[in-house]
Amino acid sequence: MRETTHLVHKYLRSSKRFPHIWCAGCGIGIFMQSLIRVIDQKEYSKDDVVLISGIGCSGRLPVYVDFNTLHTTHGRALTFATGIKLAKPRLKVIAIMGDGDAIAIGGNHFIHAARRNVEIASFVINNQVYGMTGGQCSPTTPDGTITASSPYGNLEPDFNICRLAEAAGATFVGRATVYHTRLLEQLIGKAFEKKGFAMVEVVSQCVTYPGRTFGPDPAVAMMKWQRDNSITVAQASKLSEAERQGKIEIGILVDKERPTYHEEYQKLLRKKPKV
Amino acid sequence: MNKVEIYRGWCKKCGICIAFCPEAVLEADEALYPTVKDPEKCNGCRLCEMRCPDFAIVVYRNEESYPETDSSPGK
Repeated sequence: MRETTHLVHKYLRSSKRFPHIWCAGCGIGIFMQSLIRVIDQKEYSKDDVVLISGIGCSGRLPVYVDFNTLHTTHGRALTFATGIKLAKPRLKVIAIMGDGDAIAIGGNHFIHAARRNVEIASFVINNQVYGMTGGQCSPTTPDGTITASSPYGNLEPDFNICRLAEAAGATFVGRATVYHTRLLEQLIGKAFEKKGFAMVEVVSQCVTYPGRTFGPDPAVAMMKWQRDNSITVAQASKLSEAERQGKIEIGILVDKERPTYHEEYQKLLRKKPKV
Repeated sequence: MNKVEIYRGWCKKCGICIAFCPEAVLEADEALYPTVKDPEKCNGCRLCEMRCPDFAIVVYRNEESYPETDSSPGK
């Protein structure tokens, strides 16, 4: 491992092999760096942070960082996170999922964690494809896209992760792309501060599968696409539904207060039984 | 003056730092690794460092010459 000149090096596990396994130009590395930067700014102790992931490319993230980490079963990051928060409420619980992990395999857990409002900072890295298994279409793959499992074009309309979280009752919902790193850091910071279920969708790029159609420099082309197709929440509110099609709405979409599940649970524990 | 340092051992040559540098400080060398073409033009914004997926760039900023930038999205 390199000497600790880069801030990120302070938080990497020196026993792991670097460079990491993600492809050249993958957005997960950019998100990981932003996450570490915000944890460092907030001065959280390494022992007080728990990082939990499911399966997929994003599932490798906690492996590389030196916090309390958990690499769990597919789609179950939020269930483990709920358990940890209820047992040890003082810990900062962070769940990291991919789009397939959070919305397809763990879709049920995703809506119920949002409904219960457990204090978890959750991040869904949305690269719109199942990257690790060979580029099959996921619930967030745009309509008509050609993937390994939809050679004639995807017939299913895509899920809007932020609207799903909002409808399920999440108290903080935001969206940023890995191109907009400063906004991403702001949203990560706000998600950490939130007393309740916070969800940030991180629009990322899979340079290997959808990236094949983007020419010789897929990472650059896909990040340019993110830059050119993003609109802020304020801009989006002035547009009609049809005009918003194909645009990435970035910024804070929901920020509200609601009683949290783990606080109600602690109150219940303190109550005397009536029997 | 600000200094940009690139770790070739970790770099995967994705080209993000070169493409999105607002001052076009970086360029690709023959092996496609980023190199610092014009160190004097670096304004210390650190966008290359923040957007590097492989943590292979560090910008050492000369604090005195660094102008405050706004952090609005899209910049």
